[in-house]
Amino acid sequence: MSAPILSVRDLGKRFGSLIAARDITVSFPAQQTVGVIGSNGAGKTTFINMVTGHLRPTHGAIHFEERDITGLPSRTIKAMGISRSFQVAQIFPSLTAFDNICVAAAIGHAPKHFIGHVCTPLRSREAVAEAEILLDLFAIGRYRDTLAATLPQGVRKLLDIGMAVAGSPRLLLLDEPTSGISIEEKFDLMQVVMSALRSRRITVLFVEHDMEIVERFAERVLAFYDGTVIADGTPAATLADARVQALISGPKAKGAAGSVADV
Amino acid sequence: MAQHGRIAASSAFLAAAAAAFVLPDWMISLATIAFANGLVVLGLIVLWRAGLVSFGQALYYCIGAYAVALVGRWTGVSDAILLVLIGGASAGLVSFVVGFLLARYREIFFAMLSLALSMILYGVLVKTESLGSTDGFSVIVPTFFGYAPHQDGLLVALYWLVLAVCAIAAFLVDAYFRSVAGALAVPVRDNEIRVEFLGLSVSRLIHTKLVISGLLGGVGGALAALAVGHVDPNMSYWTTSGEFVFITILAGAGSVGAAFVGSLLFESVRSFAFAILPQLWQMLLGSVLLLTILFLPQGLGSLITHLRRRRRVEAP
Repeated sequence: MSAPILSVRDLGKRFGSLIAARDITVSFPAQQTVGVIGSNGAGKTTFINMVTGHLRPTHGAIHFEERDITGLPSRTIKAMGISRSFQVAQIFPSLTAFDNICVAAAIGHAPKHFIGHVCTPLRSREAVAEAEILLDLFAIGRYRDTLAATLPQGVRKLLDIGMAVAGSPRLLLLDEPTSGISIEEKFDLMQVVMSALRSRRITVLFVEHDMEIVERFAERVLAFYDGTVIADGTPAATLADARVQALISGPKAKGAAGSVADV
Repeated sequence: MAQHGRIAASSAFLAAAAAAFVLPDWMISLATIAFANGLVVLGLIVLWRAGLVSFGQALYYCIGAYAVALVGRWTGVSDAILLVLIGGASAGLVSFVVGFLLARYREIFFAMLSLALSMILYGVLVKTESLGSTDGFSVIVPTFFGYAPHQDGLLVALYWLVLAVCAIAAFLVDAYFRSVAGALAVPVRDNEIRVEFLGLSVSRLIHTKLVISGLLGGVGGALAALAVGHVDPNMSYWTTSGEFVFITILAGAGSVGAAFVGSLLFESVRSFAFAILPQLWQMLLGSVLLLTILFLPQGLGSLITHLRRRRRVEAP
């Protein structure tokens, strides 16, 4: 197997006396789709925040494509190829869906220095073309000229992820892509997102509470508890783990894990 | 669309330049001041789009003006273009330095801090007797590449200079608004976190806007100083800043041209109000502002947008 795209060693984060993350050592090969599970406060979002540079780890190291990115500012990390979406969609409400993605695409295409941002037009041919492609890829083309403030929740989520994909990241962290979405819509939304990301060959880490979705879309599952990883393996193996069932998924997912084994 | 805008802007510019041959002197001098102030308003619009309201733009206006007056006084340099460049550069430099502080603040804190900075300058100027304290002092009579016009000739020459500077500024700011850094104003206002995670530094974007608005404020102040022929500390007083904010509300942040139209309208209404209601002219100005906020909350610039939209609806 080739070198991992992301590897994290002995990562920890402490807020005063609270230990939010500890002893996280894990690595991911390129193009893997990884589900991250864990109850609230288990350290999933803290982990994402440290990888994307939003939080500086208290100790440990993060390597992306064999470069040390520990403690770099989020915009530098983004420029290197790690992008993220948010639990609550972070969009620009007073712009249209198209302009939201066009802004993201333009930043991705502009030269990476300050003068470049002043001299490159926002609606450059490349940015507009990529925005149109992404709107179609995420199946939100019909909302192209709708103000983002008025978009339905599911479309906002797709828009948020579409913006994260603009600028061709190699690693994408999705923080609860289906939170706030009704059960009927969740699978369709994940289907759109995952096939879009697969077509772009992006390595994906997604945080998810719905075990059925995790089983359906992840190739590998990490289970977080009390700030650290307690299980790491295929979905069936992780969800069958006794500690995971006791601490995270509960007895209900036992049946679900069993049904996968049956298949 | 951009093509139409450029043609309209060029025709407006040529019409304004040609008007110098027919308008009476008092109107030319009114328009000169109005357009010079329009540059300051343009700078406010740059900030306004990012959700920042500066109540201290008079700081840069005053620095631009005093820089021109002091350079003329100390060195005898009288070339108008050189003086305007010096005025703009001084204010731009100051805005770059205070920008490190201002770029960290938003909303009312930004407004009050910018106001405080301009009032510090006011306080210093009032106490400085060598610069004439509250009376200020007069500005050297400008020349143009060695050519030194008098009276009517000077009036028209300054008017044309102001027009030319406004045209260049409008063109550059329009290009800036279309650029990645400029167009990010609305995203910065909407959601700073997202902008950071898209890979740009919000504070650097805002710092750029502060320097652009400082440069424009300084150039506006320099031109106003040459046109009036006198500078005094009131150029840095908060009411001066308030007037610029007033004109920005009148003009709206929607288009570059509106800054100049709005400024011209403001100066005209003020002269008119002063002529017919010498005791109550402020009340008339206040009513104009009230009506603008009630009926044209997006300012004069939105009139054009409305017309354009209506035409687009009728067209198909």
